[in-house]
Amino acid sequence: MTTATLHPTAGARPLADLLTMLRRNLLRAVRYPALTSFTVVIPVLLLLLFVFVFGGAIGAGVTPGAAPGAEGRAAYLDYITPAILLFAVVGAAQSVAITAAMDAHSGIMARFRTMAISPGSVLGGPVLGTVVQGLVAVAVVLTVAVALGFRPGAGVPGWLALVGLVALVTFATTWLCVAMGLAAPSVETASNTPMLLTALPFLSSGLVPVATMPAPVRAFAEHQPFTPVVETTRALLAGTTPDGATALLAVGWCVAVAAVGYAWSRTLYRRERR
Amino acid sequence: MTSEPAVDVRGLRKSYGDLTVLDGVDLTVAAGTVTALLGPNGAGKTTIVGILSTLLSPDGGSARVAGHDVVTQGDAVRRAIGVTGQVSAVDDLLTGVENLRLMTALHHLGRRAGRERVDALLTQFGLTEAARKPVSTWSGGMRRKLDLAMTLVGSPAVVFLDEPTTGLDPRSRRTLWDEVRALVAAGTTVLLTTQYLEEADHLADRVAVLDRGRIVAEGTAAELKSAHDAGSLDDVFLRLTEPTPDAPSAPTTREVA
Repeated sequence: MTTATLHPTAGARPLADLLTMLRRNLLRAVRYPALTSFTVVIPVLLLLLFVFVFGGAIGAGVTPGAAPGAEGRAAYLDYITPAILLFAVVGAAQSVAITAAMDAHSGIMARFRTMAISPGSVLGGPVLGTVVQGLVAVAVVLTVAVALGFRPGAGVPGWLALVGLVALVTFATTWLCVAMGLAAPSVETASNTPMLLTALPFLSSGLVPVATMPAPVRAFAEHQPFTPVVETTRALLAGTTPDGATALLAVGWCVAVAAVGYAWSRTLYRRERR
Repeated sequence: MTSEPAVDVRGLRKSYGDLTVLDGVDLTVAAGTVTALLGPNGAGKTTIVGILSTLLSPDGGSARVAGHDVVTQGDAVRRAIGVTGQVSAVDDLLTGVENLRLMTALHHLGRRAGRERVDALLTQFGLTEAARKPVSTWSGGMRRKLDLAMTLVGSPAVVFLDEPTTGLDPRSRRTLWDEVRALVAAGTTVLLTTQYLEEADHLADRVAVLDRGRIVAEGTAAELKSAHDAGSLDDVFLRLTEPTPDAPSAPTTREVA
């Protein structure tokens, strides 16, 4: 018997409810392909832009010995593919901010709140759905990179670790974006705050080595979560063993961001809306 | 059943900053009856429904639904109620069937029982034909019916309907009235808010008139008419709820949303 709590937790079967909400989210993703495909189109465009416009020049700068032109492009493709995968992850997470805001403003979230379902199930369904979408988006983007000449060197354990890392990064970013979507005053503004997350891969070691950045930017880049994630992804894709401390830092950031995002989302879910 | 009322509200208070929306509301709804909460825009009707359905927390007073306190026993209240608010609570991207299946799954009805429940509700509300089309293509009246059907999936003991027929054409309104009567005949308790006096007159066992956050009259429609020497509920309403052009109207879910 629950007593004296303003935030009762338990739906009777939270796991079953979570799967129901996951099913709803995936069904919505299929019904709203514009939002879903957005998560793939943007990173693919970025990949093409960076490789074919900037790559010839920058590639020579990031890979010692690479000649400008075709050789530079190939080198840059190798260098940036891990970061481009993260753009797919961030894109998928952003879409959840929009769907969370749609739910909050359409009245269906009020319906869920008047039912005996735990907030974790209502909000976690879209998060798991987005992890699935994020993995699919990453696979598509990676396929495009391979078509352009990218050659991953990962073995089976490397691929498994990579899938795990991508899922974890998506999971963490998505919880944060759910909260941002719930905090948004309208559906139209729901993707504004998450848009800031798009800037983070730019300000990491993803597109250029941090050593080439001016000191303040470099300090930020070295200490923000995407840099250890990019470095670990890069090592896994190349088939080398990632640096242990860096990998641990990447996972630690993800767990921390997920925890903050989850707690924030839960608070916003129970918040009174007038 | 027990003699405990399905809804028992004592001295309920709620304000937003300086604005008092509910100023000590007392309201009792006997199990198995329909009570209409009648009042002008901004009287606080939606706020009462919000508190009773655990969406809002009261600042003072107490409210019990189906024997459970709305503040301390929220989950027990949520298990007993069904709510249809003013803002459409259907998933536009899904079909009618998918919306209802979502509800049967959340009520853990199981595949077979769920399917039967969905079919029964679609038939009951005359939605079978459109059932497999996305709800975004449906008319307002059909969406309203689906909204109510979704509320009824779990066979709630107490149903709150916040202005259920606002914006509906007369035929759809009659259909909804029939559904409410059928619900009550089956033992459900209904508390509905309305601005339509005709609706209260036709449907409700008892009518409570709410004005500026207070219940200003309560009784059967006949009692109210005779007590206020009025020929119709219209007259009662106009006599009890005086226009106050200088007073700001209290916010309701609908006005802000």
